Amino acid sequence: MLTIRDLSVGFRRYRGLFRHEETSRLSGLNLTLDAGEVLAVIGGSGAGKSLLAHAILGLLPPNAVLRGKLAFRGQALNPVYPPALRGRKIALIPQQVSHLDPLARTGAQMSWAARRSGSAADTTARLAALGLPPQVAQLFPDQLSGGMARRVLLAMAEAGAPDLLIADEPTAGLDPENRDAVLRMLGEHARRGAGILLITHDLKSVLPIADRVAILDEGRMRGIEFPRNFTGRGAELTSSYARDLWRALPENGFLTDA
Amino acid sequence: MPVLARLLLRQILLLVVVALAVFLLMKASPVDPVDAYLGPAIAHASPEQKAQIAAAWGLDRPAKEQFLAWAGHVLTGDLGFSTTYNAPVAQVMADRIGASLALTGLAWLLSGIMGFGLGLVAAAVQGSWLDRGIRIYCYVLASTPTFWLAMLMLMLFSVRLGWTPVCCAGPVGVPQDEVDFLARLHHLVLPLAALTLFGVAQIALHTRVKLIEVLQSDYVLLARAQGAGRVDIVLRHGIRNAALPALTALMAASGEIFGGSILAEQVFAWPGLGRATVEAGMKGDVPLLLAIAMLSAVIVSSANMIADRLSRRIDPRMGVA
Amino acid sequence: MNGRVGALLAALLAAMLIVAIALAPAGLGETGIRADFAARNLAPQSGHLFGTDQMGRDMLARSLHGLALSLEIGLIAAGLSVAIAILMATLSGLGRGTDRIAGFVTDAMLAMPHLMLLILISFALGGGTAAVVIAVAISHWPRLARILRAELLQVAAAPYIETSRALGRSRVFIIRHHILPHLLPQALVGFLLMFPHAILHEAGLTFLGFGLEPSRPAIGVMLTEAMRHISAGRWWLALFPGAMLLALVLAFETLGSALRRLITPREAQC
Repeated sequence: MLTIRDLSVGFRRYRGLFRHEETSRLSGLNLTLDAGEVLAVIGGSGAGKSLLAHAILGLLPPNAVLRGKLAFRGQALNPVYPPALRGRKIALIPQQVSHLDPLARTGAQMSWAARRSGSAADTTARLAALGLPPQVAQLFPDQLSGGMARRVLLAMAEAGAPDLLIADEPTAGLDPENRDAVLRMLGEHARRGAGILLITHDLKSVLPIADRVAILDEGRMRGIEFPRNFTGRGAELTSSYARDLWRALPENGFLTDA
Repeated sequence: MPVLARLLLRQILLLVVVALAVFLLMKASPVDPVDAYLGPAIAHASPEQKAQIAAAWGLDRPAKEQFLAWAGHVLTGDLGFSTTYNAPVAQVMADRIGASLALTGLAWLLSGIMGFGLGLVAAAVQGSWLDRGIRIYCYVLASTPTFWLAMLMLMLFSVRLGWTPVCCAGPVGVPQDEVDFLARLHHLVLPLAALTLFGVAQIALHTRVKLIEVLQSDYVLLARAQGAGRVDIVLRHGIRNAALPALTALMAASGEIFGGSILAEQVFAWPGLGRATVEAGMKGDVPLLLAIAMLSAVIVSSANMIADRLSRRIDPRMGVA
Repeated sequence: MNGRVGALLAALLAAMLIVAIALAPAGLGETGIRADFAARNLAPQSGHLFGTDQMGRDMLARSLHGLALSLEIGLIAAGLSVAIAILMATLSGLGRGTDRIAGFVTDAMLAMPHLMLLILISFALGGGTAAVVIAVAISHWPRLARILRAELLQVAAAPYIETSRALGRSRVFIIRHHILPHLLPQALVGFLLMFPHAILHEAGLTFLGFGLEPSRPAIGVMLTEAMRHISAGRWWLALFPGAMLLALVLAFETLGSALRRLITPREAQC
């Protein structure tokens, strides 16, 4: 469904007073994602995870330089982003509550999202489906709890029944209960045939629902693994980077080969 | 509401200090109010007569007493007597405040609306030729002497083209209350245009910067990810989030527009408070000058206070409203 | 070409224009000041590009004299005003009590429209050049003082100030050696951006009759005279002096904002 070939993203910026320079943030990325699959992208902060999401959505800032090939269902996403994809076929679940307009009520924002994706705006039904009372529609973003906000963001992304869901750290800052609820909902989507790109720094929590795990470090792909291989000392893992990462987890005793 | 009470108290204290400062400035002036009052008739006045007038106005008493007496009178609604217009100050101001409100108030309102609109458009098409045009317009207008712009408009539209009247708020020789609405509008349009053109610049630049900030926000990124177009984003998120900062800027700009109105009234011979200020200053009419100065201080400091409260509300560090 | 080269070029051009204006009166001598009754009320033509006034004075030369005068008055007034602003900001940095007093004084100054305050101060001082300079200096510092105060409080919160305090340095020592050097670039930009306001307000005040003496070749005086000849259709008397003033103000505006962009690249361009 989603094919990424040799993707590089850099930024032009000033160096000193007058000279331009390009700093590379992603380089040589190759990825495929099939329908019904959950692909987890793991990486620390600064690994370029969010940048990958923005590149797939065609929302890189103007001073970004994108190279390589991005395609969705055989349709090229660069250099010109095709119309009527965002919100309808590809949707984003963003990282923070700051992605909600601070001055608009939740209900209004949900119905805008629905209208933008070309679907009916039944806010109450959507809230109920996520286990939230209808009064939530009257709240402003800063009145929502972290878990509520995350569900609202999820509801907005689902509005147009997208084929590809990009979830950027959907569980950051959530308690285990809310975290598992959000992951469960993503898993259900995949079972209904959507592709899920699950971007996170939390390897452990996504293993139960991920079909494959891609490991990103400083803008480079360090290997793609199957979740079942993250077990014991990680002997089955194909890349040494993934093995080190797995062994360095606190639960595994901070083991290193050094 | 203790916050409101504290603000009001501060406001009153501020006005008392301003009043005292203004009063002392008037006292320090080398313009002798009695001489100014007599004008050419000074040649016929004996020193005794002048002393009599001074005593009648209370000018022979110490400054402190004069201030207290004046403040007491003001608090009871007696603003004194204007020597320039030979009428009570309250009467002079009441006669002119309507004309001032029509010109300055409307200019302030229109500046806000047009400035906000221009700023939104400029930011929405940031970097385009239209944006560049609006920005250049704003920078040039902000650097233009208001009264010079008013003069140019007067030369072009009134003298050369004859579309608008050369002066005043109504036909010369016709009492103000007999001037019909259309004639009033006809006289108002040019001064209003001059003052509005000037006021628009600051608001537009401010709105533009705010909207550009909004357009770089996370919530606009999400809106774009949802497939929202530029118009959708500006209408739903832009106006909502830029309105309060623009209102703040408009409040803070009230002093500049008030100052601009003094100049515009002078150029167009508009019978408002601005022209009365100049007349009073020229003729040493201290009671009138004091009264108008205090009125302007009440308006501008209140607007400043509102702007200050608004900007605190929208400052992200203080938590969004 | 990138934005910074553009900013630098603009700043250079503006600076050259300002220097040229400052030097103009020396080259002109009495031209534009002395009356020439053989050449009264001439429309713009070769020899008198900007025309002449009712006393036969060349308006180009006269406008240049006026700009130089504006420059001189603006320089002194804005310089004094910046000094007051630095003083008030420093007062804010000394402690909570002084900060409150400084804040109150600043609010009180902003409580009145600039022009009204200018009229009152000029009235109190009896008008004339000194009155204008003092009036402009007294009325223009509050905004810059607020900017400098914010900057100062930010610098004052820096860890090395804490260290210096722990070493037993006095407040005055800290302000002089650690804080003032940080304020100077902001103060310089503030000075350049205050200039346009100062010049425009001086012209406005003079135009109203509260400013410079009518005998001086000030832009405000020229425009007051032009007012009297508007209905006679002598448009050049108003157009050119004002346009020259606008050019000077724009030059300072350009210089100031270009410098600000070079000092703080991320600053919003407002």
